[in-house]
Amino acid sequence: MIPSAFDYARPSTVEEAVQALVDAGEDAKVLAGGQSLLPVLRMRLAAPTVVVDIGRVPELRGITEDADNVVIGAMTTHYDVARDHLVQDHASLIARATETVADPQIRHRGTFGGSLAHADPAGDLLAPALALGAVMVVAGPNGRREVPASEFFVDYFTTTLAADELLVAVKVPKHTGWLSHYEKFNRVAQAWSIVAVGVSLRVSGGQIADARVGLTNMASVPVRAVGVEQALIGQPAGADVLRAAAEHAAEGTSPGSDGNGDAAYRSQLAKVLTGRALSMAVGG
Amino acid sequence: MTATVEPEVGKSRRRKEDARLITGRTRWTDNIALPGMLHMAILRSPAAHARIAAIDTSAAKGMSGVLAVVTGADLAEEQGSLPCAWAITPDMKNPPHPALAVDTVHYAGEAVAVVVARSSAEAQDALEAIDVDYDDLPVVLDMEAAIADDAPLVHESLGTNKNALWVFDSAEAGTGGSVDEAIAAGEVVIERKYRQQRLIPAFMEPRSVLCDPTGEQFTLWSATQIPHILRLMLALTLGVPEHKIRVIAPDVGGGFGGKLQVTPEELLVFLLARRLGKPVKYTETRSEAMATAHHGRDQIQRLTLSARRDGTITGLKVDLLADMGAYLSLVTPGIPILGAFMYNAIYKIPAYRFSCTNVFTNKVMTDAYRGAGRPEATFAIERLMDELAAELELDPMEVRERNWIRHEEFPFTTVCGLTYDSGNYEAATDKAKELFDYDGLRREQLERRERGDAVQLGVGISTFTEMCGLAPSRVLGSLSYGAGGWEHAAIRMLPSGKVEVVTGSSPHGQGHETAWSQIVADQLGVPFEDVEVLHGDTQSSHKGMDTYGSRSLTVGAIAVVKAADKVIAKARRIAAHMLECGEDDLDFAGGRFTVRGTDKGAGIGDIALAVFAAHDLPDGVEPSLDSEATFDPENFSFPHGTHLCATEVDTETGRVTIRKYVCVDDVGKVVNPLIVEGQVHGGLAQGIAQALFEEAVHDENGTLTTGTFADYLLPSAADLPSFVTDRTETPSTTNPLGVKGVGEAGTIASTPAVVNAIVDAVRHLGVDDIEMPCTPFRVWSAIHGRTADTSGGQAGGGLGSIQGGLQ
Amino acid sequence: MRVTMVVDGVSYTDEVEPRTLLVQHLREKLGKTGTVVGCDTGNCGACTVHVDGHSVKSCSMLAAQADGCEITTIEGLARDGKLHPVQQAFHDNHALQCGFCTPGMIMQAIDLLADDPDPDERTVRHGLEGNLCRCTGYQNIVRAVQDAAHRLKPAAEADRERETVAGGE
Repeated sequence: MIPSAFDYARPSTVEEAVQALVDAGEDAKVLAGGQSLLPVLRMRLAAPTVVVDIGRVPELRGITEDADNVVIGAMTTHYDVARDHLVQDHASLIARATETVADPQIRHRGTFGGSLAHADPAGDLLAPALALGAVMVVAGPNGRREVPASEFFVDYFTTTLAADELLVAVKVPKHTGWLSHYEKFNRVAQAWSIVAVGVSLRVSGGQIADARVGLTNMASVPVRAVGVEQALIGQPAGADVLRAAAEHAAEGTSPGSDGNGDAAYRSQLAKVLTGRALSMAVGG
Repeated sequence: MTATVEPEVGKSRRRKEDARLITGRTRWTDNIALPGMLHMAILRSPAAHARIAAIDTSAAKGMSGVLAVVTGADLAEEQGSLPCAWAITPDMKNPPHPALAVDTVHYAGEAVAVVVARSSAEAQDALEAIDVDYDDLPVVLDMEAAIADDAPLVHESLGTNKNALWVFDSAEAGTGGSVDEAIAAGEVVIERKYRQQRLIPAFMEPRSVLCDPTGEQFTLWSATQIPHILRLMLALTLGVPEHKIRVIAPDVGGGFGGKLQVTPEELLVFLLARRLGKPVKYTETRSEAMATAHHGRDQIQRLTLSARRDGTITGLKVDLLADMGAYLSLVTPGIPILGAFMYNAIYKIPAYRFSCTNVFTNKVMTDAYRGAGRPEATFAIERLMDELAAELELDPMEVRERNWIRHEEFPFTTVCGLTYDSGNYEAATDKAKELFDYDGLRREQLERRERGDAVQLGVGISTFTEMCGLAPSRVLGSLSYGAGGWEHAAIRMLPSGKVEVVTGSSPHGQGHETAWSQIVADQLGVPFEDVEVLHGDTQSSHKGMDTYGSRSLTVGAIAVVKAADKVIAKARRIAAHMLECGEDDLDFAGGRFTVRGTDKGAGIGDIALAVFAAHDLPDGVEPSLDSEATFDPENFSFPHGTHLCATEVDTETGRVTIRKYVCVDDVGKVVNPLIVEGQVHGGLAQGIAQALFEEAVHDENGTLTTGTFADYLLPSAADLPSFVTDRTETPSTTNPLGVKGVGEAGTIASTPAVVNAIVDAVRHLGVDDIEMPCTPFRVWSAIHGRTADTSGGQAGGGLGSIQGGLQ
Repeated sequence: MRVTMVVDGVSYTDEVEPRTLLVQHLREKLGKTGTVVGCDTGNCGACTVHVDGHSVKSCSMLAAQADGCEITTIEGLARDGKLHPVQQAFHDNHALQCGFCTPGMIMQAIDLLADDPDPDERTVRHGLEGNLCRCTGYQNIVRAVQDAAHRLKPAAEADRERETVAGGE
């Protein structure tokens, strides 16, 4: 099946893109990598009147750094993010999680910003972005604003982005030298996470100096496992500490239920996967 | 000239079929475009059970490019009722089955209107302009609830949701004892209830059909396994003279039973093409295929096994509920009956009773899916063997050995009255155990248990057999099947010595072109490359019963051998004339007749040319070597094998990982080992997928919630292990090639091997069953004594994740 | 709208509706029916082609998005009547049965070998996780990809293939 008819806009600057969204009103869809949007359009589960293709806006692509951040252009593909040296050096959790997104073809087209703006709680990049304290750079008709990840995700598939706003870039604070692991649990390789856990640790002299832990699909939005982080910080990076800390993983979460698991099962997974992610991060 | 050459049969020939498929030079039905071709799209019911109060098509009719908008009421006079060819009992209930619903829909996805337009996009656009009012009716989904006294009815007019009750009792049949007596006297009695979840065949090529009404015949291309049956059924259903229909199955992208069907879409395309006088094509989307192409399995099995304390089985009682879905399709009611004769499997069971109640529900029809009845039976008995072993604290292999038919006991007539011609279960098992390191894995299992490892190891066994090669026509007749089980072949000797083989088998991935070429090369002594195999077009391959039930080699290829025998017999008479000798003086080998005791001879190609010229033939001999044969087997064939699976079960997450899978199959004589190995691999993948991944799930409204590949989980390469496959070779004694068939073996055998391994890994934790598919959630729940509620709710993932934020 | 793309070495300029999928454009307008559609959610990978040197599911991309791109399909692999080594390996290892997934499987295999010319079994399996096959159980596909890797060494034809196709950006 093919999509319902729509008008197509292909801006070449961020300003043009925002203007196209303003002109189109509520019925517009932003086409980033399209790996979620195109299937929906094909099955006619959505029928926007205008599709704004931001694939030809050079500013949106690529990865740079400033003193404190790695700045990932919203339209940078998963393939490019996962292989990027800045990301690997300074935000390795993002690289680890990105490697697990969908499958190779989808990683060639799908984009970092597109995934975050889609705000699927089962998506793999939200929790790492949250855990690392990423900040969203958003462009709208009144200029640009910055929104921390902790405020960006509102509910299932819902962000603070207004209909006429565009996610331009994501600033990920540098976590240089941190040890990371993303532990994903799904039923088949290309399926979404039932639960996944991203951890990033700063280990110094055998002590855990700082810790960030993010949970995927444990609520309608990504969740930071603060209890785990607190139980780790200042402790030796030993197996007992990691195991005890992981027991806090389900605190403050509100996992959903579906055929793949109920809330109790997801809570159990969160603990087990957190324990495994921590020991992988430390050991690897 | 041809010298003595290595036989083709037995060689791992690379496939002839590949050249086109690896370069994209393919003829899938959807690739075919004809001048003036129109496109059909189908409006499908979102409701599982509802009366159609009104349909307003007026807006759609006026849309750009739209030639026709048609409802069931418009076609009521001409669409007939979709055929069911298997009335399993004389009093079987069979409701009318319109291609396009007329006044009531009985499952979600049922067709309620069609649009024919210039382009498929315009046809889709017009669908959205059709307005249907539905009055909801009660939805019947659960089989056990459906047969309760006060249950709402799927078909009011039938007065019941029961389609039929079919019973086999060995005491009544005189093939065995009374099972009730056996159970009453049983030293051990095991009762279990197993669920065969609903599966979706999920062939990779969505179905497509194109009808060209512009010639003298209607030509229908369809992605079907059964072009010949389809032609007859179109004629019978629509009242069109059979000789005015030509059906072509071009390249067909997999079937697995899922394309063993006469579909509403085929009828609708035919009717609309006829009505409009233009070629009309319809290609389904994957979502349509998932929701409306027939499903498989979906049975509830209640099983009672009695045995002596030494492990000897004394009786087996099987009570089935089988979900038909909303209507009967081509062989829907007979699928569970195909399993009836296989519950006793390879074992000497003295008393047996099988009863099956077929039930209507508001779901899409079930019908053939790889194995069709036999995987369900094999699962049940192989799971029971493990349960019996556990009950008696015996090794599960030991229990099997105590009960199976020993190789010296063949031919063996079973409690069902089937005669197994040959087999050697000991040999296959010995080989499998050695390849598997059975004893080593058992040791490791013990160690892990003693250590209390988070990851436990289990070993699962499946010593299976199946009946395949559908089928002796007289047997089918005794089961009230609507047709015979013969197959047809013809051989055409071309003047240049090349050979055309016409087969009634209709391949869709099996490699018949290669295998048949190998067989004919040996039979006629011609080079493999000189043989062309024609199939899948009722004009060239004018007679056939098509491909399903592992029947092509054991029936179709035997017809080819018989036709080749006739070619040689004809050639012999001409050769004798050419060589001026008696027919009895001739030897035929390597494609050449030679006069015994001399160096005189003539090649089959020389004879073909002489026949073409026809200048000097013996009196009364027609100038043709061409021959045909129709073969009707005397018996089924009975492949068997021993499958061993080791699984690691993560008790903390419930994740199951297959650590090792070994199978030793005995499929008789092998024509092409490469193809056989491929069939086994693919069969294993599908059987393992039933054990671990796949399930068609409906919500309480009857909507399929696993309606895309995002939700219905087919395993990818990353989700399956490498398999160790090997063979023993005990030839079938009932056909001249000694072949048994291999298409379904892997699927039938593997599901219980995997589930036995999973249960074996966690039995010491108090688990004796886990419902399929054994998802991590279900496995973890079983270990922790919880019931996994898999009925729904909301969380991220699957199709929801695709559509979520975009609405 | 007007789109121009080079497909299997030939430049095409066409008017398309914006909603036209790349795969639909390839099949229906350009006659590239070697590339097929197996699903509607981007899961099966049967429609995989290379766009500017990278594997992409052509059902999940608009023709408009491919404007200006260089595309290789299964039909553009064989050169001078000689099969691509991955095609040859699929044949030699019996890595296909019905063949419907095969074009996408081969295109993805080429992509994966370009990223990793000597993949182990696990890498091959994960590299193909976006391509579903219902016939083979994948074992012979994995074998074929590893066999192709050996054939491609040291010529590294996969890299050459990528370079010749890339450059459209």
